[in-house]
Amino acid sequence: MRTTTVVIGAGHAGLAMSHCLTERSIDHVVLERGEVANTWKTERWDSLRLLTPNWQSRLPGFGYEGDDPDGFRDMSETISFIERYAEVISAPIRTHTSVSSVRARNGGYVVDTDRGGWQAKTVVVASGACAVPNVPALAVAIPTGIEQITPKEYRNPDQIADGGVMVVGASSTGTQIAAELQRSGRQVTLSVGEHVRVPRVYRGRDIKWWMDRCGVLDEGYEAYDNLERVRNLPSLQLAGSNDRRTVDLNSLTDLGVKLIGRLAGITGGKAQFSGSLPNLASLADLKMNRLLNTIDEWVAQNALESVVEPAQRFETTRVDASPPLGMDLASGEIRTIVWATGFRPDHSWIDLPVFDRKGRLEHEGGVVEAPGVYVMGLPFQRRRKSSLIDGAADDATDLSAHLTTLLSGGGPAAA
Amino acid sequence: METATPVDNGVDVEALLGAREALTEAPEAAQFKWRASCKWINGTHSRSSVKSFFGLGEEQAHRTEFTFDADHPEVFASEDKGATPTELILAALASCLTAGVASVAQHRDIQLRSVTATLEAGMDLQGILGIDGEVRNGFDGINVHYDIDADASEEDIAAVVAQSQKRSAVYDVITNPTNVSVSVN
Repeated sequence: MRTTTVVIGAGHAGLAMSHCLTERSIDHVVLERGEVANTWKTERWDSLRLLTPNWQSRLPGFGYEGDDPDGFRDMSETISFIERYAEVISAPIRTHTSVSSVRARNGGYVVDTDRGGWQAKTVVVASGACAVPNVPALAVAIPTGIEQITPKEYRNPDQIADGGVMVVGASSTGTQIAAELQRSGRQVTLSVGEHVRVPRVYRGRDIKWWMDRCGVLDEGYEAYDNLERVRNLPSLQLAGSNDRRTVDLNSLTDLGVKLIGRLAGITGGKAQFSGSLPNLASLADLKMNRLLNTIDEWVAQNALESVVEPAQRFETTRVDASPPLGMDLASGEIRTIVWATGFRPDHSWIDLPVFDRKGRLEHEGGVVEAPGVYVMGLPFQRRRKSSLIDGAADDATDLSAHLTTLLSGGGPAAA
Repeated sequence: METATPVDNGVDVEALLGAREALTEAPEAAQFKWRASCKWINGTHSRSSVKSFFGLGEEQAHRTEFTFDADHPEVFASEDKGATPTELILAALASCLTAGVASVAQHRDIQLRSVTATLEAGMDLQGILGIDGEVRNGFDGINVHYDIDADASEEDIAAVVAQSQKRSAVYDVITNPTNVSVSVN
């Protein structure tokens, strides 16, 4: 089978690209290993809601039309939102079609699937940034009596054995699961590494509203000389909920969660934790205040003091003077470990020389070095918002323009 | 017209950034080996020295050999011919963090006027003397206090100090476990 562009993945990013390609009359097909919004349907926990408010899910040609713009979609609402988008834009989707490889041939690409191969001039990889849960190498030393689970398999507390839980990782996923398991009556210990603290609501508005208005989410990748750092920043400590509550380390301490340092090693069945917790808490507090300063400056520049609530600063993160540095994992205190240590994409099926020495797909703002190959939805790939649903529109617009220029043979296109 | 004096903390940030770029391209050159040797002199007195190290793909050396005498004070029935090894740890931590403060401040265009670190670490001697097996040999904690006079807000200075901890080798060595293998002859 032949087409001009193969888009791999029918999530919000692949669909946004499909819409842009249709607008440009570029013949294409969207290959999906499962169904539309597959990851949301099969790999996310029950109580999860989007971290971004409803108004912020703006896909090209499709926005929020309900009566709760400040609410947060639950999983079924998120799935039906993406399904409706697929219908509205009449995306040419082939569901239940798993891509096994992408290879170069005749100046184009062959995309092999379990339902036949495709020959295309260009390929857009939109298979998601959060496909494989990261589990640190030291997990092999966890004693066998302790259950281990990743957020990809976690659904709800009923899955988890009674007794203590250690959640490793204090970003969006780790803090939400820690809170849910602590509320379920289990004693949760949260191992805290580097994290990004933000309040859900500031000066009466959602933090995402401020980040959107102040231009923070639109910051481009060209402005950063250390892209490695910003692309690997942990996710914001945020949760979507009806009561708009802030999920930070202090709120978890109030729930009864115990905070300990980063899990640094396991020796002879004993876990060792880093003594760096006070500094990590301090780094996060300082970084949060820099964001709040940016917001306050924007409010002042736009003379909006009278219409928003006054500025405030939040309590610094409370950390025990001497949190424990070790724990005997054989003591029975911990029955389950949840690895909330981040996700990475799965690009293992791309048979092209486009990976860096750590096996990560190399790209310039989503433009992969192999001509005609593009990627969507990776953290900060073009803008701070690139990994958000709201980031797909601008990235798809830019990359489809690049792709069109390339197809027309119009000289070297700017990344 | 006012001309801003360029920030100068004596740190060549351009060279450091250049090195980072070069070592990103050639990660094998980033593999360093640090070395020290130590000779027993008498009693608890010993003298350590450092001269050679390996890095950037070849043998390197300090401009001169540096030596460090270590001993224990008279309350330990020793002759006090040098700092205790535990004090050398505090000195190493302070020096590492302070080098970081200067570098980060330079990178952030913050002129330092004075930087003083004061450190204190608690230790229960019942550990090393084998009196109580539940007491560890090492410190029960380290407090570092910085007095910094610089052209920057309190928050910006705090951020420099926090960043220097994030990038400090000795801070990492102390706060995280490290495998140590000791062989004889």
